[in-house]
Amino acid sequence: MVKFTLNGEVQELNVPSANPLLWVLRESLELTGTKFGCGIGQCGACMVLVNGQPTRSCQMPISAAEDSEVITIEGLSEKGAHPVQEAWVEEQVPQCGYCQSGQIVSAVALLAANPNPTDEDIDGAMSSNICRCGTYPAIRRAIHRAAGIQEQLASTDDGGARSEE
Amino acid sequence: MNDQLGDPIEGRGITKNLSRRTFVKIGVLAGAGLTLGVSYRVIKGPEAPPTDAAFAPSAFLRIDVDGSITVMVAKSEMGQGVATALPQLVAEELHVLLSQVSFEFAPAHPAYGTAIGGMQLTGGSTSIRDSWLPLREAGAKARWMLREVAAQRWGVAPDQVQMNEGKAVHPDGSKLTYAQLASAAALLDVPKDVPLKDLSEFRVIGTPVPRLDVPTKTTGEAIFGMDAGPSDTRVAVVARSPVFGGVLRAFDPTGALAVQGVDEVVELQSGIAVIADGYVAAKEGRDLLNVEWEGGEWSTLDDAEILDRLKEAAGQDGATVREEGDIDSVLGSDREPIRATYALPYLAHATMEPMNCTAWVRNGQCTVWAPTQFQNAPGLVGGGARQVAAKAAGVSPDNTVVHTTFLGGGFGRRAEQDFVREAAELAGKVDGPIKVIWTREDDMQNDFYRPASYHEFSAILGVDGMPEAWRHRIASQSILQRMVPSWVPDFATKWAGSSDPTSTEGAQDQPYHIPHMRVTYSRVDLPVPVGFWRSVGHTQNAFVVESFIDELANLAGQDPYEYRRDLLKEHPRHRAVLDTVAEASEWASPTPVGRARGIAVAESFGSFVAEVAEVSIQNGQLRVHKVWCAIDCGIVVNPSIVRAQMESGIVYGLTAAFYGRINIQGGRVVQSNFHDYQMLRMRDAPDVEVILVPSQEAPGGVGEPGTPPIAPAVTNALFSLTGQRIRELPIQLV
Repeated sequence: MVKFTLNGEVQELNVPSANPLLWVLRESLELTGTKFGCGIGQCGACMVLVNGQPTRSCQMPISAAEDSEVITIEGLSEKGAHPVQEAWVEEQVPQCGYCQSGQIVSAVALLAANPNPTDEDIDGAMSSNICRCGTYPAIRRAIHRAAGIQEQLASTDDGGARSEE
Repeated sequence: MNDQLGDPIEGRGITKNLSRRTFVKIGVLAGAGLTLGVSYRVIKGPEAPPTDAAFAPSAFLRIDVDGSITVMVAKSEMGQGVATALPQLVAEELHVLLSQVSFEFAPAHPAYGTAIGGMQLTGGSTSIRDSWLPLREAGAKARWMLREVAAQRWGVAPDQVQMNEGKAVHPDGSKLTYAQLASAAALLDVPKDVPLKDLSEFRVIGTPVPRLDVPTKTTGEAIFGMDAGPSDTRVAVVARSPVFGGVLRAFDPTGALAVQGVDEVVELQSGIAVIADGYVAAKEGRDLLNVEWEGGEWSTLDDAEILDRLKEAAGQDGATVREEGDIDSVLGSDREPIRATYALPYLAHATMEPMNCTAWVRNGQCTVWAPTQFQNAPGLVGGGARQVAAKAAGVSPDNTVVHTTFLGGGFGRRAEQDFVREAAELAGKVDGPIKVIWTREDDMQNDFYRPASYHEFSAILGVDGMPEAWRHRIASQSILQRMVPSWVPDFATKWAGSSDPTSTEGAQDQPYHIPHMRVTYSRVDLPVPVGFWRSVGHTQNAFVVESFIDELANLAGQDPYEYRRDLLKEHPRHRAVLDTVAEASEWASPTPVGRARGIAVAESFGSFVAEVAEVSIQNGQLRVHKVWCAIDCGIVVNPSIVRAQMESGIVYGLTAAFYGRINIQGGRVVQSNFHDYQMLRMRDAPDVEVILVPSQEAPGGVGEPGTPPIAPAVTNALFSLTGQRIRELPIQLV
């Protein structure tokens, strides 16, 4: 039995302890926004936040998630209203879209740690995610835009109304 | 429920993706016509309230009584934007905003067949070209019928009624919505011929309207093949022969069956499937299968042998695919020709979403959920997903339903239906729905690779430095020779065996004016499965042609842009994109210190693209800082999507130029995952500036044409920077 918080809700599951978090999310919990891309921690399609840290869920046994707080793409916002998601729509980032949950989660983590990243910061943080459609230039633009949205929110309401929960 | 489409299925993915749909069933097909004249009835999904008032004047369009307008997208959305651009075509002529329209993926059905053999296929950058007239006509005819109804109700002449943003407007300003008109419009005969808008009247076409699929692709809601299927679907992972053409000799399922969660091991034509309650157990079981494969005649094949075979074939003229002037006498004169040879490797597609397919066979019916580029090929034995699944499952195609999901990348890989065949065969042998998931390694090692090729050039320059003679000999495997027999069993006997346009495109039609020219093709038969890879023959031929012409410009002591320009006097669209990209990149002005620029141009899939790359070497590594890209793709449907496709094609081609190589050793593929088959990442991605050259020509493709010029633009820049001429990809610095 493993117990953790997923997108704000406590989960108690009876699954083999070695099963990767990715497949527990996708198959046991039917949250399919987190994607399988390589299975060896190379592509970032399976990126989720574990205690706020960007984490490759294909590499994390579910036992290691015990007592932790997991946020997936589905848990970022109610209806795609997270600043990063909004910026992704405004910049029209996705093409095939398969890697984008992971890209967005990585960008959320980057902006939480570094609210105003430079291109170099973006290159460093986002190079753990592969996009085969080549949306990299659009992702760069979208992260800058998301930083702007976040800054605007912070200045208008101290950021309190839009915590990342 | 209805007997043709399969029962509506509640479950994961389906509730999100399918159950809210109203299934359209096409009743009677009127001859070979594309769509209109087809009669319809509406089959209700499980949650949809009964309605007999839907207005569906074409297979592509439905207006429901609540006013919702749905465009049936019969092309596969794999990132290239068809789920937006095709609805734009309908919206334009229907006189509605794109935001008033939603889309659904069309079922596999002859109504959606293209002019090419009636195939329902997404490939060759044909989606807009295929749909440009049929979808606009569908919108125009529906608008015409709605206007008739409004005119009758008001008792005015139809031309007194304006149609605007989903409403009919009376001269006095009163309005009727399309929803109010739809039921009555459904009773009218579909008109045979209605005028389409003039280009100058376009309001939706040509505008950068937001993509309809982007919102769900930022929330995790978009349903890909991996996410589709009923909630009690079991998962299978398959052991396949590691050697091309290998044969199963024996296997012992004991280890696999001992894994908790594994419940069946099933032999298939392609290998052995291990079925479990989830992916992890299925994969563990598969890895514990004790399988003995017989390697067969190809178990010693390696890169060296392949290269030898290709070189030998390219050492002589093959089948002539282009002949100008008198090449033999010019090359036979006492002037020493300029010679160069180029070698290109096999490439994997490496779509982000590994191959997968879900299938369910019961009561003589087969239902398939597939991220496929090829839904239907009536009349071809082994064509689209529908025929392939039906045959593999042992049911009739009429009892086979294909649900197309979003595709996590396609690039030509999903034009092959091997992954559908395997899932359907397995589903036919077991109870309940089954999803076959390929590991990344399975995907990488069981691809249909871009063929390796070898090219031998000979050229003679005139006294003015311009080429007088050009001989290009190409040797490679033939994609069509490999592929078509699986569609048409007796193809091999009909096959002339000589040329293959998918191997010679971009070379046989190269645009430079050269008086004496010969291009030949030598087919080399090898067991490596080869297939369509984003821009197909152009990937190799644009690279070698644009590299060799650069070599000639250099030997002639001329500027590579001006040299091309001079040779393209009869090709204004090539010239226009070259001029545009030269101007945007300030070609004539000096580069920053330590950098150099290279240029290349290529026509493919009805579009013309020129690119300039600016490169440097930093810490011993080639770095591409910036790419300028000018495209003339004729009339632009969505400029934002065209720009995105250029960025996409450039990154795809750069990835191949930097890293792409599939090695063969012991009759098998060496690479297995992203650690040894690398992808371009954010830190290596250049800035890209795209310029759309205004054009009123018929639309061309955009999914592929961005790819061909990028590798030669980069390697020509590298030559300019260091003098190293790259004649083999991927790039290796000396």
